[in-house]
Order: sequence, then structure tokens, then C-alpha cells
Amino acid sequence: MKANKFWPWFIVILGAAYFIVPLVATFIFSLRMRRNELSFDAYASVFSDPKFFSTFGYSLTVGFFTIVVGVLVIVPAVYFVRLRMPWLRPFMEFVTLLPLVIPALVLVYGYIRLYGSSSLIPFTGSVLGTDILLTCAYVMLALPYMYRAVDNGMRTIDIGTLTEAAQIMGANQAQIIGQIILPNILVAILSGAFLTFAIVIGEFTIASLLARPAFGPYLVGIGTNKAYEPAALAIISFVITWGAMGMINVLGRFAPRTSARNE
Amino acid sequence: MAFLEVNNLVKSFGSNTVVKGVNFAFDKGEFISLLGPSGCGKTTILRMIAGFEHPTSGSIKVEGQDITGLKPNQRKLGMVFQAYALFPNLNVGDNIAFGLKIAGMPADERRARVDEMLKLIGLPGFEKRYPYEMSGGQQQRVALARAIAPRPRLLLLDEPLSALDAKIRVSLREEIRAIQLDLGITTVFVTHDQEEALSISDRIVVMNGGNIDQLGQPHEIYNKPATRFVANFVGHLNSIEAQIVDPAQKTVTIDGQTATVPSMPADAKPGADIMLTLRPEVLSPTPREGNDITLTGTIADVTFLGSVIRLRVALGKNVVSLDTFNDQRTAPPTRGEAITISLASKDLLVL
Repeated sequence: MKANKFWPWFIVILGAAYFIVPLVATFIFSLRMRRNELSFDAYASVFSDPKFFSTFGYSLTVGFFTIVVGVLVIVPAVYFVRLRMPWLRPFMEFVTLLPLVIPALVLVYGYIRLYGSSSLIPFTGSVLGTDILLTCAYVMLALPYMYRAVDNGMRTIDIGTLTEAAQIMGANQAQIIGQIILPNILVAILSGAFLTFAIVIGEFTIASLLARPAFGPYLVGIGTNKAYEPAALAIISFVITWGAMGMINVLGRFAPRTSARNE
Repeated sequence: MAFLEVNNLVKSFGSNTVVKGVNFAFDKGEFISLLGPSGCGKTTILRMIAGFEHPTSGSIKVEGQDITGLKPNQRKLGMVFQAYALFPNLNVGDNIAFGLKIAGMPADERRARVDEMLKLIGLPGFEKRYPYEMSGGQQQRVALARAIAPRPRLLLLDEPLSALDAKIRVSLREEIRAIQLDLGITTVFVTHDQEEALSISDRIVVMNGGNIDQLGQPHEIYNKPATRFVANFVGHLNSIEAQIVDPAQKTVTIDGQTATVPSMPADAKPGADIMLTLRPEVLSPTPREGNDITLTGTIADVTFLGSVIRLRVALGKNVVSLDTFNDQRTAPPTRGEAITISLASKDLLVL
């Protein structure tokens, strides 16, 4: 019996068109900088702008530190909650969802009030301090994604028994996390890291209000002043984000090598 | 001085006491099994010896040293888990070398020890394989090698054979025993499988509801069970309801047939009911020398088990099982046949 596949395909095509048509339109528009012919002039213009590279490099650096700090905070937290305080998990789930509920604008105003140059801990008083504050803010923003990625990674391995097996052979907590737990959830951490990276690269509100030269404010600035370059930048951003997503998929294929399997 | 000593060990989880004041002492090189049904406290005792659970009260000593307050990584013990628990990110060689590396053994010595261990478990040349590339039996052998590589004082085995299929279970348990004898390592083995415990242990601790019901060598546990629970749990057991005829003469009737028993309860009264138990293999379908009781009945069921045929014989109200060897030259008995069985009165247990 041949199943009627019309409606499933219709819905898939409708959904795909919803995403793809604006993207294709943006791409075509980005090629029309030169009158009456298609060219990559807008892209050339973007890549010839030194601010493109400086802001992108800045966001890349902040993204790297965000990932490092995030991993250092979240991996041990998830590990100990799963191992010793499983009753705390619903609370953790709730707390890690908060950054999705609280607007970034509220977060950054809170930061400025708490850590302003006239406060007790004047983070915003120096460039380095502001960069640290920005990194901390991004760790918060990435928390829902990083937490879930790490939590899922730990779910696939029997951390309780692996911990005991390492303990009885003389390993201490740091050795267990560093040599056993971390390598086994590396793929999960990397997928969390790429999500974090994608968030940091496009983030505007916090970077802008803390007046840091990040890629997000640069994108917005270009958008208000130029016509074709923003379209080109939008496409470039998409490619970068998709590249990050693609890396998650590629790494996912290696997952069976490192995760525990029971027959 | 005992090598492993457990004194008044108690463990409670909230109001639930799972280990109720357990005492035992074992010598160096012994293979000890903690045997019992699930929930009897055997795994909890093992986990307290390992240091994963802290006793509510009592103490544990190894080589005279009180280890009750030590962390698991300070106890110098080895352990094999039911779920293998090999480190998935490390290959076989690195898994076995893990404890050695933690202990700070130089790389060349480590390599030599890994090679030695792989030979011992019969997997030479496997050091580059990853756990996921191996069968369950191979993984568990690697787990055993990993546990004994640092030469621990005590080897703890937490139902290491439960996840394996029947054939591998038997061959691996023989291998474990051979390696244990070879190294002379004191071993505590937790199992709920009485056959496993009987076949490889020097001594068995039979646990029931957080207490030790009996502690002894396998043949003592099987032949002279101390309690009804032990008799039932270890091996198959027939229960026969009988009525006392004369307590002084130790005579009873079993479904109208008179028999003499080896002992009588102190409060025995004529006409009272008494429960007799006996192993299936002490019953014989043919007369045998020394068998002083004969009973007649009909075959209720025949179970063909290969080398052994198990018959269920109805004696009246009582139904007993008996085992007889399979004889390839004659057909097995059939259901409904009349049968005369014999037994020696000294084999009857009055529990």
C-alpha cells in the first residue's frame, strides 16, 4: 500500500520556505551592490573594513573565555548535583532557565548598578574589568544551553560507578573529574561550546550597553548606515552560526567512541 | 590475627536498618562469598568495606589497620563492578594502568605490569582496544585486571558475573578462582547465585535480612544448613509434612507411611504436625544400601534437564522432588507411573 505523502511533504516544504525564502532574498539583495549585475562587492566591502576583523576577533576572544569559565563552573556543578545531591536537580533546571526569562537589558542594568565605577566592586572602572564583566554576563546567557549539554552528556555515562571505580584505585576528586568525567563528556561540552559561541558572536544588548567593541554592536552599526553590507553580514553571520551547528553534528558522530555502552 | 575483620557492623538508611550487627573474620588468601537474596545487606557490607558507604556503627579492619574512617582512595583495595565500569575514554592498556599511574609508577614498569595482567586474563595484545569494541566477558576480565594490577590488599567483587550469559558466567568464575588462587589475594565476592558461591568459595556467609544466618565452608552450608532459610536458599529442598507418632521412638507418619527421624523437637507431642526437609538427591527411585525408609507414590511430573531428570512424586498430600541420572539406554519415567522411593532417615532434616 502506497501511503499518501502529499500532506507531510506540503507541510515540510511550507516550513522550509518560511525559513529559506527570506534568506535567499537577503542573499540575492547582498549581491546587487553593483547596478544591473550580480557581484560580491558588498562582501568585499565588508572584508576590507578593519573594524570587521577587530570586532570579530574581540567577540571570538570573549567567546573563548566564556566557554572556559562556563565549563569550569558548570561541569563540577552538574557532576556533584548528579552524584551527591540529585534532589537539587529540579532547582538547577529552574535556575538555569532564568537567563531565558530575564531580558538581557535587565541583566545589564543590574550589572551597571552593582558593579558601576562608583560601587564597591567597580568592574566597569577599567577596560579589563568591563571585559571580565562581559564574559561573566555571557556565561549567564549561555547557561541554559551549556547546562543542558553537559547534563545530557553526563546522563549517557554511569558517573556514579565510574567515580567509584576511579576512587577505589586511589584517584581523588580532581583526578576523577579531569581524567575520567571530562574526557567522557567532551563531545557534549563541545556542542555546548559551539552554542555558546553562536550566542556570543551575535549578542548586541550587553556588549553595546557596556560599550565594548564587539561584533554584535558592529553589525547593528553597519545596519543603520549602509544598505548592501548588512545583508552580506547577515549571510556571513548565518554561515558562521551554521558552521558552529555543523561542528556539533560532526562531533556528535564521534560520540559513540567516548560514551559508555551497555549491551 | 585475622586479615579481614568486621566487628558489629550496622548500617541504617533513615529508619531502615539493612545491616544489623554483622561480625566475621577471615584469613589472608581466603575466597569469601557473601550470599543472599536481594535486600539482604550483602552489597551494603561490600560497599562499606570499599568505603562507599559509611557504617552507622561498628568497625572494619584490614591487616589489623582500622579502615572504617578512611576514604575509598586511601584503602588500597581493588574492586570489580557488576556493570564493568571500564573508563570508556581509555583503551584497555590505559584502563589497567589507571591505578598504577595514580600511584605514580614509572611508565616502563607500568607497561610491564599491563602486559603481565593481559597475559593473566588471557587477552594479550588487546591493550589498544577500547571497551566498546569488546564483549561483556572480555570487558569484565579487563575490569578484573584493572582491579588487581595495583596489587591491592583485598579484592572486592560486586556480582561481577550477573550481567553475563550463562556459559561465560561459568568459565569466567573458574578463571577468577584460578587467578585468585594463583595470586593468593584475599577476595570478597558478593552474589545471589548459590551455585556460584558454592563452586568457588573457601567460605560462604549466608545473609538474611541484614543478619548472618550461617558462615561456613560450602559443603557445611549445603549439607548442614543451620536455618530453614539457608536450607531453602542454598540448593533445592523438599518439605514434607508429617505427624508425630511417638516422640521417644522418634517415629512419624508421612501420608500414612511410618518412618523414623534422626531428631525430634523438644516440645514434640504425639499427633502433632512436624515439618521434615530433605535434598532431592538423597531420595532414590531404586532401593539403595543404607536407605531405611521406603515410600510409595505416583509420578506427578517429569522434567528433563539433560544429564539429570527431576521427578516430582506425589506421596499423598506431600509432593517431593527427586533427581535421578539420565540413562541413555532406557526411556525416562512417565507421568502417572507408580514409584517406590527410598531414603536414609539420617538424611532427613528437622528444622
